[in-house]
Amino acid sequence: MKKFSKLVSLAAASAMVLSMAGCGSNAGSSDTFKIGGIGPITGGAAIYGESVMNGCQLAVDEINEAGGINGVKIEFNFQDDEHDAEKAVNAYNTLKDWNVQMLIGCVTSTPCIAVTEKSNADNVFQITPSGSAVKCTQYDNGFQVCFSDPNQGAASAQYIGENNLASKVAVIYDSSDVYSTGIYQSFVSGAESQPFEIVSAEAFTADSKTDFSVQLQKAQDAGADLVFLPIYYQESALILTQANAMGYAPNWFSCDGMDGILGVDNFDTTLAEGVMLLTPYAADSTDELSSKFTQAYIAKYGETPIQFAADGYDAVYILKAALEKSGAKPSDSASAICDGLKSAMTQITVDGVTGAGMTWAATGEVNKAPMAVVIKDGAYAAMQ
Amino acid sequence: MAMNKMKKINISASLKSNLITFGIVIAAYAVMQILVSLHLVSSLMRGLLVPICVYVILAVSLNLTVGILGELSLGHAGFMCVGAFTGAFFSKYILYAVPGMPGALRFFLALLIGALFAGLFGLLIGIPVLRLKGDYLAIVTLAFGEIIKNLINLLYLGIDENGVHISLNSALDLHMEDSDKIIVNGAMGITGTPNDSNFTIGVVLVLFALIIVLNLIHSRDGRAIMAIRDNTIAAESVGINVTKYKLMAFAISASLAGIAGVLYAHNLSTLTALPKNFGYNMSIQILVFVVLGGIGNIRGSIISAVVLTVLPELLRGFVSDSRMLIYAIILIAMMLFNWAPACIAWREKIRYRLNRKKNAKEAE
Repeated sequence: MKKFSKLVSLAAASAMVLSMAGCGSNAGSSDTFKIGGIGPITGGAAIYGESVMNGCQLAVDEINEAGGINGVKIEFNFQDDEHDAEKAVNAYNTLKDWNVQMLIGCVTSTPCIAVTEKSNADNVFQITPSGSAVKCTQYDNGFQVCFSDPNQGAASAQYIGENNLASKVAVIYDSSDVYSTGIYQSFVSGAESQPFEIVSAEAFTADSKTDFSVQLQKAQDAGADLVFLPIYYQESALILTQANAMGYAPNWFSCDGMDGILGVDNFDTTLAEGVMLLTPYAADSTDELSSKFTQAYIAKYGETPIQFAADGYDAVYILKAALEKSGAKPSDSASAICDGLKSAMTQITVDGVTGAGMTWAATGEVNKAPMAVVIKDGAYAAMQ
Repeated sequence: MAMNKMKKINISASLKSNLITFGIVIAAYAVMQILVSLHLVSSLMRGLLVPICVYVILAVSLNLTVGILGELSLGHAGFMCVGAFTGAFFSKYILYAVPGMPGALRFFLALLIGALFAGLFGLLIGIPVLRLKGDYLAIVTLAFGEIIKNLINLLYLGIDENGVHISLNSALDLHMEDSDKIIVNGAMGITGTPNDSNFTIGVVLVLFALIIVLNLIHSRDGRAIMAIRDNTIAAESVGINVTKYKLMAFAISASLAGIAGVLYAHNLSTLTALPKNFGYNMSIQILVFVVLGGIGNIRGSIISAVVLTVLPELLRGFVSDSRMLIYAIILIAMMLFNWAPACIAWREKIRYRLNRKKNAKEAE
C-alpha cells in the first residue's frame, strides 16, 4: 500500500510540475492580436458571462471575416471566473500565460475590481463591458463600456424629476447586490435636488427574493405613485406579478438590469406595459447597427441577445477602433499596446450598439446619452 | 517487519509521522521557490500559491472539528468570513489611521485580530450549538455560517474624526462627510485591502496550523477530545469535561479558519461576502477536502486541498468549456477510488501482490 501510494503521489507530483513548467513562457505567435475575456460562464451569474462571451465572439468573427484590424486577425480566449474574485485572478493569470495583449473583462463588478489590481500592476489594457462599479476603472488602464452605477442612479433621478413623472417615489432594491445598492445610493443622493420625495426604500437580499408583498405593501401605504426598481429583471418580473395580484398599479421605473423582462418564462408581459427603463440597448430597436447585431446574434446563437451581449459586442469594436487609432502592431508587448491604447481611448468616438457617439475620459468612464424606453404593446418604444 | 518496529517505539512513531508532514510542506515550499526563481512556473501557478495555503489551513482546521472532535460542521466558511473581514477592516483602518506602521507588523496584527475574532465567534456559537449532535449540529452550523455572511452584507461601517459610524441600512445612514472613509460598505464589502499575503507567509501559517493541530492531537487534551468522539458517555464517566473540550476544539478550529480568512483577504484587493466565497458551498468544499483526504488524517487533508485547488485551474488548459463538469467527474472518481469498499478491496489485493513479490525477492 505504502509503495503504491508513494508511486501515485510521485506520478501526481511530477505531472503537476511538468504541467507547471510546460506553460512557463512560450513565445506567442506575432501575427494576431490576442484578446482575452473574463466572466462567469458557470454558476449563478452564468447568463451574463455567456452573453458577453457570445457577443464578443460574434464581433471577433465579423472583424476576422472582414479582414481583421489593419489586416491583423484577432484571437479570442474567454476564461471562466465563476463570479468570484479569486477565480477571476486565476483566469487572468491563465490568460497571461497565453500571452494576452488586451483584456475584455470582467463581466461582473467584484471580480473586475480584483483583476484591475493585477492588470494595472502588469500594465495590461482592460475594458470592462459590464462591470459598473466605480472602482472597476480606478486605474488608468481600465475603461468601461457600460454606465457606472452612480451615473445610472443619478441619471434616473434626474430623468424622473425633469419629466415630472412622480411626486412620491418608492424604491425596492437588493441590498446584497453591488449593482443594486450602488444605483440606490446614487439615486438617493441625486433625488435630493429633484422635485420628488422618496417615501419608502425597502431592501431584499439574494436569499429572500421570492416574496415582495411586504415591500410592495409599504410602498402602497406610503402612497408612492412611482416605484423605482434598480434590480435585475428576474426579481422585477415577480414584483410586477405580485403588485398586480394585490391591486397596486403605480408607474415603474428601472435601469438596464430590467432589460430581458419580456423574455421571462411564464411572465404575463402585459403586466410590463408602461414600465420605463434606462437602457443603452433594446433588442427590437430599429436603429441600423442594433438591428444588424440583433439579427446576427439570433442567427448565430438562436436566442435574443440581452444588453450584456451588446456590451461585449461593443467592447470588441471599441478595442478595434482604439487599436487602429494607436497603430499598435501584434508583435508589440502588452505593456506597449496598453500605453498606446490609453491615449487612443480618449481620442476616439465610437458608434456602437449600446450608444451612438461614445467617448471616454482618461478616468475610464464612458460618456454616452442614456436612452429611456417605455414598454408599449410588448416592445420597447423610445420615450418622448 | 517495518510495522513491528513502529509499534515498539510508539511515541516516536507519532513524532516521525508529524515530521514527515512538516517535511512534505517544507520540501514543497523549497521546490516551488526554486522553480519560481528559475522562472519555470506559469503565472497561473504563481497566483495559486497563496490560495493553496489558504485552503490547506482551512482543511487542516476543519479536520480538527470533523476528524478529531467527530462533529460535522458545515459553517466553516462563516468563521473564515469573520477572520477575513475583521483582518481586512483592521488593515484598512491602520492604512490611514497609522500610515507609518510597517506592513509586516500590520499584517501580523491583522492575523492576530482575525484569529481572535473568529475564535470568539467559534466560542459563542459553540456554546449553544455543541449541545446538539450529528445532523442537528450540521444543520445549525450551516445556518450560523449563512447568518454571518448575511450580517456582513448588511453592515456599513466607517471611521472618521467624529468617531465610529455604524449602520445596518445603507451607506447614506452613516452620515459621513467623506465617503472615502467608509470601510465596510455593505454588499460592496471592503475594497483596497493591502496585498500583504505572499507564499512564504502562507507556508509559515500552514506550518503554524499544523503545529497547533498535531500537537493538540498528541496531547492530553487531544486524547480527551478523541475520547469524547469515540464515546461521549464513557468519556464523561471518567471525569472528562465534555463541554470544555468540545468548545476548545471548536474554537481552535474556528480561529485557524479565521487566520486562513485573513490570508485570503490580503491576497485580493476586494472582499465581498458572496455565496461563492463565504457561503455554504465553500463550507462544503472544505468538507470535501477533509473527506477526500481522510477524516482525521491531517496529511491527507493537505494533499487533497492542494490537488482539488489546482485541478480545476489546470483543466482550463485542456477543456475550457466543460472544465467544471470534468472536475466533478474526477472528484467522484477520486472519492470512489479512495473510499468505495470495492476499490479498497482492489487496492488491498494490489498491495498484497506487491508485497508478495517483494517478499519473494527478499527470500531469494
